[in-house]
Amino acid sequence: MVPKDLKYSKSHEWVKAVGNNTIVIGITDYAQEELGDIVFVELPKVERQLKQQESFGVAESVKAVSDLFSPVSGMVVSVNEALGKQPELVNKEPYTNGWMIKIALAAPTELSSLLSAEEYEKLISEGSK
Amino acid sequence: MEKVIFEYHSQPTSYVPAADPAAVNKHIPAEFLGAEEVTLPQTCEQDVIRHFTALSKLNYSVDNGFYPLGSCTMKYNPKVNETVADFDGLAGIHPYSPEECVQGALKIIYELESFLKEVSGFSGMTLQPAAGAHGEITGILLIKAYHQKNQPEQKRNVILVPDTAHGTNPATAALAGYQVRQVKSDNQGDIDLEDLQQNLGLDVAALMLTNPNTLGLFEKNILEISHLVHKNGALLYGDGANFNALLGLVKPAELGFDVMHFNLHKTFSTPHGGGGPGAGAVGTSKDLIPFLPVPQVIKKGKNYFWEYRQANSIGKVRSFYGNFLIAVRAYAYFLALGAEGIAKVGRQAVLNANYLMHKLAKFYPVPYHRTCMHEFVMTPHQAWSVSTLDIAKRIIDYGFHPPTIYFPLIVHEAMMIEPTETETKETMDTFIQALEQLAAEAVQNPELLKKAPLTSPVGRIDEARAGRQLILKYEKGRDTLLT
Repeated sequence: MVPKDLKYSKSHEWVKAVGNNTIVIGITDYAQEELGDIVFVELPKVERQLKQQESFGVAESVKAVSDLFSPVSGMVVSVNEALGKQPELVNKEPYTNGWMIKIALAAPTELSSLLSAEEYEKLISEGSK
Repeated sequence: MEKVIFEYHSQPTSYVPAADPAAVNKHIPAEFLGAEEVTLPQTCEQDVIRHFTALSKLNYSVDNGFYPLGSCTMKYNPKVNETVADFDGLAGIHPYSPEECVQGALKIIYELESFLKEVSGFSGMTLQPAAGAHGEITGILLIKAYHQKNQPEQKRNVILVPDTAHGTNPATAALAGYQVRQVKSDNQGDIDLEDLQQNLGLDVAALMLTNPNTLGLFEKNILEISHLVHKNGALLYGDGANFNALLGLVKPAELGFDVMHFNLHKTFSTPHGGGGPGAGAVGTSKDLIPFLPVPQVIKKGKNYFWEYRQANSIGKVRSFYGNFLIAVRAYAYFLALGAEGIAKVGRQAVLNANYLMHKLAKFYPVPYHRTCMHEFVMTPHQAWSVSTLDIAKRIIDYGFHPPTIYFPLIVHEAMMIEPTETETKETMDTFIQALEQLAAEAVQNPELLKKAPLTSPVGRIDEARAGRQLILKYEKGRDTLLT
């Protein structure tokens, strides 16, 4: 499942524009499927400045612990507090209630470096061979 | 299933005098007395013994049966080494004993270091670190000290780690204050040389490399890799976790490694697990000797001494001299096998792994199918509806411990199998038969695998729930944790 209206990173995060210079980040359905049952999500503090590709947190599943990477630079304006008690939201609803952080973009042009849904679909079909 | 100790409600033994808390409490200053009643198990001594004996019978270990985790966890420890470590003259000595009273112990340290140098080709050695990961941080601190001394003006704040690395490698680098950059593997399972070259800048302090890597493959380009790393002014760190494969075959120092830790429990037959104690000896090239932890054992004439004078040492990394009795076991292992036996360990471990891989490849895909070293990685068939976890759980029903699963991370649904040199062909054949049968079940009766294990005292654990709702202590009134 790769929604058409989102942008994607090679490290399996999705990005959704939600207003002027603000975007929401989560991990893709493919990523949650690969990780397996997620048991813990560590998210950054609000107001933290992130650089593109910088790790903003950690997702821990029954299989592995994985870094989460910010596809863009900017400041964290809010985080999904619900994941503290219900990390399984990332598995169940990766594109909606399983969102992770909201960022005020520092460099909106970075968005053009992200993958389209078609490009991301191609990436994961190659990766799963 | 055995209940938890809190669920025993037998009366404490009637003829043993009851405890008198008031008599004890009057000797303790009031501010140190707790206000709340503490929930403690209440039962008689005999039930305590029966409870823990019952639990101990549920254990599965390498002493019970085949354990394809291999040296990844701990290989079989010949019992004679335990006997030696228990000798009064070794187990009873005090770390503050004067040198002249513990010449034998100093000799053991000195000689074990020389044995480890011999099999690895390194010039320097310390036995101080108390575990493999502790050895890693010691090794990385040696590298840091080396760069600071030799190139203080050059800021080297990055450590490269391959995507197949053990998780401890990036953790060690981060703990030592370095940034971690990942290097990709190529489609052969080796380090991608182009990606390595792109990542090798003047900011790189070292590459941490496991050889054979966690896919069980010998890095074919190791000489090229060490050449590239050294040309860049960086050092090559060896994660010795997989040294068992090389024992008697290859000396890491000759491959270009500058520092390497040895997990004595993985390769040199010392116990491990359950919190240790462990031992993570570290070997170094000549250039890094000045930075080794103090004290070092030195020999003058026939006598051994502690040497503390070393201006550039990184200092002590452990109280006293490391876990001495663990080192004694490794020393006994060396002596029992002798030069001739030690030289055959790696060969036999590699032969056993290749035998298993060759036989099992008929039933399970092996993604990197080339001659392996001490271990190999296989997966379920893509067409199967069962996962690696299901297979691992079903292996329990066949009376074996499951292998390492979901590692290394670059292989989808990985199962990593390592028999070590100690397993016989007969044992491996029984395991192969079981896995052949299991592969047939995966096609014909996948539900069976999804419900497994069916024969163990505890069935399929809900690992996700266990991770999400951490309950680490008994709470009165809560249902038993296993329902």
